[in-house]
Amino acid sequence: MTIKTEPFVINFGPAHPSTHGVFRMRVVLDGEVVLDLEPVYGYLHRGIEKLAEQRTYTGIIPLTDRLDYLAAMSNNLAHCIAVEKLAGIKVPERAEYLRVILAELQRLCSHLIAVGAFLNDSGAFMTPILYMLREREKILDLFEMLSGQRLTYNDMRPGGVSQDAPEEFLPALHKFVDQMPRYLDEYDQLLAKNEILLARSKGVGILSKELAINSSASGPVLRASGVKWDIRKAEPYSIYDRFEFEIPTGTAGDCYDRYLVRMLEMRQSVRIIEQAMKQFPSGEYRSRVPKLIRPPVGEVYSRIEAPKGELAFYIVSDSSIAPYRYHIRGTSLINLTALRDMIVGWKVADLIVIFGSIDICMGEVDR
Amino acid sequence: MKFERYGIGIARGMMVTFKHLFRHPTVSQYPEQRLNMSRRTRGNELIWNNVKCTGCVTCAKSCPQGAIHIETTVDPATNKYNVLKIEVDTGYCIQCGLCVEACPYEAIYMGYSVERAKYRRGELVQANEMLLASPDRPASGYMNPHIARELPRQTLLVEKIVEKR
Ligand code: SF4
Ligand code: SF4
Repeated sequence: MTIKTEPFVINFGPAHPSTHGVFRMRVVLDGEVVLDLEPVYGYLHRGIEKLAEQRTYTGIIPLTDRLDYLAAMSNNLAHCIAVEKLAGIKVPERAEYLRVILAELQRLCSHLIAVGAFLNDSGAFMTPILYMLREREKILDLFEMLSGQRLTYNDMRPGGVSQDAPEEFLPALHKFVDQMPRYLDEYDQLLAKNEILLARSKGVGILSKELAINSSASGPVLRASGVKWDIRKAEPYSIYDRFEFEIPTGTAGDCYDRYLVRMLEMRQSVRIIEQAMKQFPSGEYRSRVPKLIRPPVGEVYSRIEAPKGELAFYIVSDSSIAPYRYHIRGTSLINLTALRDMIVGWKVADLIVIFGSIDICMGEVDR
Repeated sequence: MKFERYGIGIARGMMVTFKHLFRHPTVSQYPEQRLNMSRRTRGNELIWNNVKCTGCVTCAKSCPQGAIHIETTVDPATNKYNVLKIEVDTGYCIQCGLCVEACPYEAIYMGYSVERAKYRRGELVQANEMLLASPDRPASGYMNPHIARELPRQTLLVEKIVEKR
């Protein structure tokens, strides 16, 4: 006797614990197998691009904090670099080094959450993410010391950083950098060879090299597919050309590679911070910039390598105190466009693992 | 997937978890044990200094949320501004600190305390005397290094957890 089956549509999200925010997927299932998937965005839309057009260039910085709220420092940096390019503002040496240190700490911070949440989704419930949150807490302590806030820092300004690092910052950073590689070893020991994790993520959710490039994915998602592309090397901004580091890449482009690339990137970030700490100069931390910046008429597209990939701002100025047009290239949104191709054909349980391995932040997807 | 010797990876992972049994605890029990916040904490209230303030309204202009409302008159004898009313709607305020940064006379500060929940929306709107500094409304050292120096040192987790490995 044959049992008659037919495709079944379910709504995954918007309030589902494994969608990392308010993301909704309309999934067509045949039993457990995913036949089709349609992502639905927009539950967290706040109109940040439009709001930015009514604010001064400094007043936008608190808005950029709320894009990718797990990597607010990187967003600050991207915005400030764009405004500096537009208005031709110079940044002092010390500020550049401080910015690099902060951006790399932020990368560690964001990857810890990404890896922890991915492991959480693939069944290592709560233990790894709690170990990783402990290290993230130490970084947040450093950010709190500098900017007074733990999530929405609002710390960088066009022409430098808002405040100088206090004298207790560098010793604390030293301690952290000394400890961090050993904790990374511990994470590797914890799960990198774990049979359950390997079985659930190796060969699952493959994103081919061609598709990764064609869907303009960036960051760890692209590098896991074997493309050696990192804006810090390809188009160095700030002072990244002064540091030695490698770009880790994967080979297969599966979930495990995405996990591995993030783990390896964290070691490179620690390396960059170590070098920046050695060369850390004294001097000015902020150049003299008028309170209301009026850039000349023109436009700029400037991009940086944020933890989740290529984050870019496109600003058109009409030489008033607010931008005429403000566009954000949200990293997570563009990484999500390949989601359907990665998931179709896999089972529901794999859907969660694949989705978790992309590492999205809804604040940036919906803006 | 094929594994040569199944279970080694899991056992190695469990070793790490086992080691954690003998480690220093990371978590503090909040209301009883309190950690020191950063000296630059941007707490959820604003502190205003009525002596230093000249009524120049730079803070209100630089606020991205429009949370500060100031009314002034001109004193004809001295040709200076008189602040009739300053009102901060902490419900709109996002604690960004841009007003503190903008004030040219260091007359406005972020608050150092964070436990400032209110029962009613109306109580979030604070005006004039309510904004002054007092012992239970200390100012934070955000953008004001001389205040930061007086505040207690921040507790850091990096210094708290010392493990022999
Ligand atoms: S902290 Fe920011 S939002 Fe709050 S009153 Fe000051 S400038 Fe406005
Ligand atoms: S900027 Fe400072 S001096 Fe001017 S009105 Fe505001 S608090 Fe007073």
